[in-house]
Amino acid sequence: MPVRVQSDDFDGGAEIAKLRTADRSVGAVVAFIGTVRDLNDDAAISELTLEHYPGMTESALQEIVDEAKARFDIRDALVVHRVGALAPGDQIVLVVVTGAHRGMAFDACEFVMDYLKTRAPFWKKERREDGERWVEARASDDEAAARW
Amino acid sequence: MRDSVGNLVRLRLVYLARLREAFSSAGERLELAPHDAPTVAAVVATLRARGGAFESELAPGRAVRFAVNQRLVRADHPIADGDEVAIFPPVTGG
Repeated sequence: MPVRVQSDDFDGGAEIAKLRTADRSVGAVVAFIGTVRDLNDDAAISELTLEHYPGMTESALQEIVDEAKARFDIRDALVVHRVGALAPGDQIVLVVVTGAHRGMAFDACEFVMDYLKTRAPFWKKERREDGERWVEARASDDEAAARW
Repeated sequence: MRDSVGNLVRLRLVYLARLREAFSSAGERLELAPHDAPTVAAVVATLRARGGAFESELAPGRAVRFAVNQRLVRADHPIADGDEVAIFPPVTGG
């Protein structure tokens, strides 16, 4: 399964091993892991809850992976995204891209993250000392996705 | 041949994240008034006319995103009887 949405944590090393050892033409592996920060806009964060749109989420992620494979000369790509309540330091998202060479693998990994941040139906809610607050989308994320 | 009063359009609406909280609802069934070529924008206009949170959250200029049958679309996307229309704030995953 190249895309997964789950509440459980993931093991990046094990996921990378599965993806790369299955294919001996792989000469480059690029991985990105997004994690929960303890500070956002100078406010302390005690918990981050990830909501999603069941039914759409996996197909949206699959579409992004398919698009990456069509645009870049890569061997395979994997996305694992967590949902539910997370704490500072927890892992949120894993993207792994394998390729024969590093250039396209780096590009494809960035592409997947930029598209995920603007097209995959996830929403973050922060718990702070003064209460809960939905995280606002950043214009810089739209700009990053528009590069491709 | 198209009926002169338009086609009946029954939709399943889904509200997510901040909008689910603002509308105090995860979704509802909506029957759109007969309309010649209904789009997502017609749904938004119908909801906005209710006033309250619907009017303020869906006001022109507010950043709102849409999906029809679980695919991201623009407001001018056509809708048909039986569609699932999701309305939500810009996404913030990753």
